[in-house]
Amino acid sequence: MNENNFWIYLLVMAGITYMIRMIPLVLIKRKIKNKFILSFLYYIPYTVLSVMTIPAIFCSTSSTLSAFAGFLAAVILAYFGKSLLKVAASSCAVVFAVEFLISIL
Amino acid sequence: MKENNNFFKGISDGIPICLGYMSVAFAFGIFSVDSGLSWIHALLISMTNVTSAGQLAAVPIIVSGGTLIELAVSQLVINLRYALMSVSLSQKLGKSVGLLDRFIISFVNTDEVFAVATSQEGAIGKKYLYGLILTPYLGWSVGTLIGAVAGNILPSLVVSALGIAIYGMFVAIVVPVVKTHRPTAFCVLTAIVFSCAFEYIPLLKEVPGGFSIIICAAAASAIFAVIAPVDSEVDSNE
Repeated sequence: MNENNFWIYLLVMAGITYMIRMIPLVLIKRKIKNKFILSFLYYIPYTVLSVMTIPAIFCSTSSTLSAFAGFLAAVILAYFGKSLLKVAASSCAVVFAVEFLISIL
Repeated sequence: MKENNNFFKGISDGIPICLGYMSVAFAFGIFSVDSGLSWIHALLISMTNVTSAGQLAAVPIIVSGGTLIELAVSQLVINLRYALMSVSLSQKLGKSVGLLDRFIISFVNTDEVFAVATSQEGAIGKKYLYGLILTPYLGWSVGTLIGAVAGNILPSLVVSALGIAIYGMFVAIVVPVVKTHRPTAFCVLTAIVFSCAFEYIPLLKEVPGGFSIIICAAAASAIFAVIAPVDSEVDSNE
């Protein structure tokens, strides 16, 4: 890969990613009234995030066991209404602890 | 009309996203340099794309000298979900958000920014949104830079633990709603069943990840939009 090629790659990936995000936000100005579409859009954030999380979360660390422990910790803390930061940080801490245990056992 | 338009509320809502991003971007920086990019390339990619999965997929294509078509299709497939999010976000914007603001805000409409923005009550204004996107953008850029320049000094145990951070945030966004709104719980469950089917069932698992995200999420949302339509209270911004 030479330097010129990098700029072309960068332009293509950034351009496409931006268009995907920008076009709907700039074009849709009116409030949607259709009940089906409104309900669909209400569910979308939660379904997208869930689909991105499961099963991918179980491969996000170096062992499935630690990832599962981290996932469980996140679900429990989130259920009790802890903040985004606390949930994410505790999840990392649990993964670290489990992998540390695995490494010394 | 009550519009949520406080810059500092935006900043404070953005900080957890920023911290989550720093850890993920950090991992991206390490990955890029290990793959053969320079730190400046890694930083430029993060500053112009602001998308984790898309960037991760792009690096191997770039370093192996893949075709532009391959790169373009991978970005389109992986990132097409943002179009759905932008449609959804467009319904939350208050009157203070002008055309220029839309051009700028859409640049940083990431999964997490979108999730936090749309979970606000009522309409959201431009000051709130600028506050919300500021620190995540900085965190994403700075995290990439640090990971690319100094990533290899961290023990692998720490890097592995950071890998789960972003998913922890997703869990923190979804679970409280699942707990209080039963149709959402069943909808999410349905989406997860679809998602696992696309991961493990032969044939279905050949579908590229970006497409399967859209198919699973859109199918589950459409089914529940029919059998459990949501009271428009959620979206009554006027």
